[in-house]
Amino acid sequence: MQAVADSLFRALSDPTRRAIFERLARDGEQTVHALTDHSGVSQPAISKHLGVLKHAKLVRDRREGRETHYSVQPQALAPLIDWMSVYGAFWRDRFDQLENLLKRMDK
Amino acid sequence: MNNAAAQTRSLVIEREIPHPPEKIWRALTQSALVDEWLMKNDFQPVVGHRFNFRSTPVPGWNGVIDCEVLVVEPNSRLSYSWGTMGMESVVAWTLTPTKDGTHVRMEQSGFRSEEDAAYKGARWGWTKFIGNLERVAGGLE
Repeated sequence: MQAVADSLFRALSDPTRRAIFERLARDGEQTVHALTDHSGVSQPAISKHLGVLKHAKLVRDRREGRETHYSVQPQALAPLIDWMSVYGAFWRDRFDQLENLLKRMDK
Repeated sequence: MNNAAAQTRSLVIEREIPHPPEKIWRALTQSALVDEWLMKNDFQPVVGHRFNFRSTPVPGWNGVIDCEVLVVEPNSRLSYSWGTMGMESVVAWTLTPTKDGTHVRMEQSGFRSEEDAAYKGARWGWTKFIGNLERVAGGLE
Protein backbone atom coordinates (compact mmCIF):
# COMPACT_ATOMS: atom_id res chain seq x y z
CA MET A 1 0.00 0.00 0.00
CA GLN A 2 2.76 2.41 0.95
CA ALA A 3 4.80 1.48 -2.15
CA VAL A 4 1.76 2.10 -4.33
CA ALA A 5 1.20 5.50 -2.72
CA ASP A 6 4.89 6.38 -3.10
CA SER A 7 4.91 5.67 -6.80
CA LEU A 8 1.69 7.67 -7.23
CA PHE A 9 3.12 10.66 -5.37
CA ARG A 10 6.31 10.49 -7.39
CA ALA A 11 4.35 10.29 -10.64
CA LEU A 12 2.12 13.23 -9.74
CA SER A 13 4.83 15.40 -8.20
CA ASP A 14 5.87 16.71 -11.61
CA PRO A 15 3.73 19.45 -13.22
CA THR A 16 4.36 18.20 -16.78
CA ARG A 17 3.20 14.73 -15.80
CA ARG A 18 0.12 16.17 -14.06
CA ALA A 19 -0.64 18.13 -17.24
CA ILE A 20 -0.33 14.96 -19.36
CA PHE A 21 -2.55 13.05 -16.95
CA GLU A 22 -5.16 15.82 -16.85
CA ARG A 23 -5.17 16.06 -20.62
CA LEU A 24 -5.73 12.31 -21.02
CA ALA A 25 -8.46 12.41 -18.37
CA ARG A 26 -10.18 15.30 -20.11
CA ASP A 27 -9.77 14.40 -23.79
CA GLY A 28 -9.52 10.61 -23.73
CA GLU A 29 -7.00 8.35 -25.41
CA GLN A 30 -4.11 10.05 -27.23
CA THR A 31 -1.00 9.05 -29.14
CA VAL A 32 2.46 10.10 -28.01
CA HIS A 33 2.61 12.33 -31.08
CA ALA A 34 -0.62 14.13 -30.23
CA LEU A 35 0.54 14.64 -26.64
CA THR A 36 3.90 15.96 -27.83
CA ASP A 37 2.37 18.39 -30.32
CA HIS A 38 0.57 20.34 -27.62
CA SER A 39 3.13 20.16 -24.87
CA GLY A 40 6.13 22.21 -25.96
CA VAL A 41 8.25 19.31 -24.65
CA SER A 42 10.30 16.89 -26.77
CA GLN A 43 8.91 13.49 -27.66
CA PRO A 44 11.57 11.54 -25.73
CA ALA A 45 10.73 13.64 -22.66
CA ILE A 46 7.00 12.96 -23.09
CA SER A 47 7.71 9.24 -23.51
CA LYS A 48 9.77 9.25 -20.34
CA HIS A 49 6.96 10.97 -18.40
CA LEU A 50 4.45 8.47 -19.80
CA GLY A 51 6.73 5.67 -18.60
CA VAL A 52 6.60 7.03 -15.05
CA LEU A 53 2.80 7.42 -15.21
CA LYS A 54 2.52 3.87 -16.55
CA HIS A 55 4.71 2.50 -13.78
CA ALA A 56 2.33 4.11 -11.28
CA LYS A 57 -0.57 2.51 -13.21
CA LEU A 58 -2.04 5.94 -13.86
CA VAL A 59 -2.07 5.34 -17.60
CA ARG A 60 -2.08 2.29 -19.82
CA ASP A 61 -0.77 1.95 -23.34
CA ARG A 62 -2.02 0.18 -26.43
CA ARG A 63 0.02 -0.47 -29.59
CA GLU A 64 -1.69 0.14 -32.90
CA GLY A 65 0.51 -0.08 -35.98
CA ARG A 66 3.45 2.23 -35.38
CA GLU A 67 1.68 4.36 -32.80
CA THR A 68 1.27 3.85 -29.09
CA HIS A 69 -2.00 5.16 -27.63
CA TYR A 70 -2.26 6.18 -23.98
CA SER A 71 -5.35 6.43 -21.77
CA VAL A 72 -5.92 7.15 -18.06
CA GLN A 73 -6.67 4.63 -15.36
CA PRO A 74 -8.47 6.92 -12.89
CA GLN A 75 -9.04 4.10 -10.40
CA ALA A 76 -5.27 4.16 -9.79
CA LEU A 77 -5.91 7.28 -7.70
CA ALA A 78 -8.30 5.48 -5.37
CA PRO A 79 -5.62 4.51 -2.80
CA LEU A 80 -4.83 8.20 -2.35
CA ILE A 81 -8.28 9.64 -2.10
CA ASP A 82 -10.68 8.54 0.54
CA TRP A 83 -14.17 9.87 -0.03
CA MET A 84 -14.70 10.51 3.67
CA SER A 85 -11.50 12.46 4.13
CA VAL A 86 -12.19 14.50 1.00
CA TYR A 87 -15.64 15.45 2.31
CA GLY A 88 -14.24 15.92 5.81
CA ALA A 89 -11.76 18.50 4.52
CA PHE A 90 -14.51 20.06 2.41
CA TRP A 91 -16.95 20.54 5.29
CA ARG A 92 -14.33 21.78 7.77
CA ASP A 93 -13.36 24.40 5.24
CA ARG A 94 -17.04 25.35 4.75
CA PHE A 95 -17.58 25.56 8.51
CA ASP A 96 -14.72 28.08 8.62
CA GLN A 97 -16.41 30.09 5.88
CA LEU A 98 -19.74 29.88 7.70
CA GLU A 99 -18.15 31.30 10.84
CA ASN A 100 -16.56 34.09 8.83
CA LEU A 101 -19.93 34.93 7.33
CA LEU A 102 -21.61 34.95 10.75
CA LYS A 103 -19.05 37.45 11.98
CA ARG A 104 -19.92 39.74 9.07
CA MET A 105 -23.69 39.41 9.45
CA ASP A 106 -25.77 41.82 11.49
CA LYS A 107 -26.63 40.60 14.95
CA MET B 1 -29.57 -2.03 11.07
CA ASN B 2 -30.20 -3.78 7.75
CA ASN B 3 -27.56 -4.83 5.22
CA ALA B 4 -27.82 -1.70 3.13
CA ALA B 5 -27.33 0.47 6.19
CA ALA B 6 -24.40 -1.63 7.34
CA GLN B 7 -22.57 -0.80 4.11
CA THR B 8 -22.90 2.94 4.49
CA ARG B 9 -20.94 5.30 6.68
CA SER B 10 -21.52 8.80 7.89
CA LEU B 11 -19.38 11.84 8.43
CA VAL B 12 -20.09 14.05 11.45
CA ILE B 13 -18.68 17.50 12.04
CA GLU B 14 -19.61 19.39 15.20
CA ARG B 15 -18.62 22.82 16.29
CA GLU B 16 -19.53 25.32 19.01
CA ILE B 17 -20.28 28.62 17.32
CA PRO B 18 -20.65 31.81 19.36
CA HIS B 19 -23.81 33.01 17.61
CA PRO B 20 -27.49 32.33 18.39
CA PRO B 21 -29.36 29.56 16.51
CA GLU B 22 -31.66 32.10 14.80
CA LYS B 23 -28.72 33.78 13.13
CA ILE B 24 -27.07 30.52 12.09
CA TRP B 25 -30.44 29.37 10.73
CA ARG B 26 -30.47 32.38 8.41
CA ALA B 27 -26.98 31.55 7.16
CA LEU B 28 -28.11 27.96 6.50
CA THR B 29 -31.39 28.77 4.78
CA GLN B 30 -31.21 32.12 2.96
CA SER B 31 -30.02 31.31 -0.53
CA ALA B 32 -27.85 34.41 -0.94
CA LEU B 33 -26.14 33.74 2.39
CA VAL B 34 -25.62 30.05 1.58
CA ASP B 35 -23.89 31.24 -1.62
CA GLU B 36 -21.34 33.00 0.51
CA TRP B 37 -20.08 30.10 2.56
CA LEU B 38 -21.13 26.92 0.76
CA MET B 39 -21.97 27.06 -2.96
CA LYS B 40 -24.19 28.77 -5.49
CA ASN B 41 -27.69 27.40 -5.07
CA ASP B 42 -31.44 27.82 -5.59
CA PHE B 43 -32.33 26.55 -2.14
CA GLN B 44 -35.67 27.36 -0.49
CA PRO B 45 -36.55 26.21 3.03
CA VAL B 46 -39.59 24.24 1.85
CA VAL B 47 -39.88 20.47 2.34
CA GLY B 48 -39.97 18.76 -1.07
CA HIS B 49 -38.24 21.64 -2.87
CA ARG B 50 -35.68 20.34 -5.38
CA PHE B 51 -32.58 22.43 -5.91
CA ASN B 52 -28.95 22.35 -6.97
CA PHE B 53 -25.65 23.37 -5.54
CA ARG B 54 -23.27 24.42 -8.28
CA SER B 55 -19.50 24.34 -8.03
CA THR B 56 -16.79 24.93 -10.63
CA PRO B 57 -16.84 22.03 -13.10
CA VAL B 58 -13.68 19.90 -13.26
CA PRO B 59 -12.77 17.11 -15.72
CA GLY B 60 -15.02 14.17 -14.96
CA TRP B 61 -17.47 16.18 -12.83
CA ASN B 62 -19.98 18.79 -13.99
CA GLY B 63 -19.97 20.56 -10.62
CA VAL B 64 -23.68 20.00 -9.98
CA ILE B 65 -25.15 18.51 -6.80
CA ASP B 66 -28.83 17.48 -6.94
CA CYS B 67 -30.74 18.03 -3.74
CA GLU B 68 -34.19 17.84 -2.22
CA VAL B 69 -35.23 19.46 1.03
CA LEU B 70 -36.23 16.76 3.54
CA VAL B 71 -36.62 18.49 6.91
CA VAL B 72 -37.22 22.12 7.89
CA GLU B 73 -37.66 22.87 11.59
CA PRO B 74 -36.80 26.56 11.98
CA ASN B 75 -33.77 27.33 14.17
CA SER B 76 -33.32 23.66 14.95
CA ARG B 77 -33.15 21.06 12.17
CA LEU B 78 -32.51 21.19 8.44
CA SER B 79 -31.88 18.28 6.10
CA TYR B 80 -31.50 17.77 2.36
CA SER B 81 -30.49 14.95 0.06
CA TRP B 82 -27.15 15.38 -1.68
CA GLY B 83 -26.63 13.48 -4.93
CA THR B 84 -23.67 13.73 -7.28
CA MET B 85 -21.76 11.34 -9.54
CA GLY B 86 -24.36 8.66 -8.85
CA MET B 87 -23.63 8.80 -5.12
CA GLU B 88 -26.59 9.59 -2.90
CA SER B 89 -26.19 10.94 0.59
CA VAL B 90 -28.15 13.02 3.09
CA VAL B 91 -26.90 16.15 4.83
CA ALA B 92 -28.54 16.90 8.19
CA TRP B 93 -27.95 20.02 10.28
CA THR B 94 -28.88 20.19 13.96
CA LEU B 95 -28.67 23.42 15.97
CA THR B 96 -28.75 23.22 19.76
CA PRO B 97 -28.63 26.41 21.84
CA THR B 98 -25.84 26.59 24.41
CA LYS B 99 -24.92 29.13 27.08
CA ASP B 100 -22.65 31.08 24.74
CA GLY B 101 -24.13 30.34 21.34
CA THR B 102 -24.97 27.21 19.41
CA HIS B 103 -23.77 23.66 19.06
CA VAL B 104 -23.80 23.00 15.29
CA ARG B 105 -23.81 19.41 14.11
CA MET B 106 -23.56 18.40 10.44
CA GLU B 107 -23.97 14.77 9.53
CA GLN B 108 -23.58 13.52 5.98
CA SER B 109 -24.70 9.92 5.76
CA GLY B 110 -25.22 7.31 3.10
CA PHE B 111 -21.68 6.85 1.86
CA ARG B 112 -21.50 3.47 0.26
CA SER B 113 -18.92 0.77 0.75
CA GLU B 114 -15.32 1.86 0.88
CA GLU B 115 -14.15 0.66 -2.52
CA ASP B 116 -17.02 2.13 -4.44
CA ALA B 117 -16.77 5.38 -2.52
CA ALA B 118 -13.02 5.64 -3.01
CA TYR B 119 -13.42 5.14 -6.73
CA LYS B 120 -16.17 7.74 -7.05
CA GLY B 121 -14.23 10.04 -4.77
CA ALA B 122 -11.26 9.72 -7.06
CA ARG B 123 -13.34 10.57 -10.11
CA TRP B 124 -15.04 13.46 -8.42
CA GLY B 125 -12.14 14.92 -6.59
CA TRP B 126 -8.89 14.06 -8.24
CA THR B 127 -8.32 17.29 -10.04
CA LYS B 128 -9.97 19.59 -7.55
CA PHE B 129 -7.95 18.18 -4.70
CA ILE B 130 -4.76 17.28 -6.49
CA GLY B 131 -2.90 20.04 -4.71
CA ASN B 132 -3.96 18.48 -1.40
CA LEU B 133 -3.02 14.92 -2.19
CA GLU B 134 -0.44 14.73 0.54
CA ARG B 135 -2.85 16.06 3.13
CA VAL B 136 -5.59 13.71 2.01
CA ALA B 137 -3.25 10.75 1.98
CA GLY B 138 -2.07 11.74 5.44
CA GLY B 139 -5.59 11.00 6.67
CA LEU B 140 -5.47 7.43 5.37
CA GLU B 141 -4.43 4.44 7.42
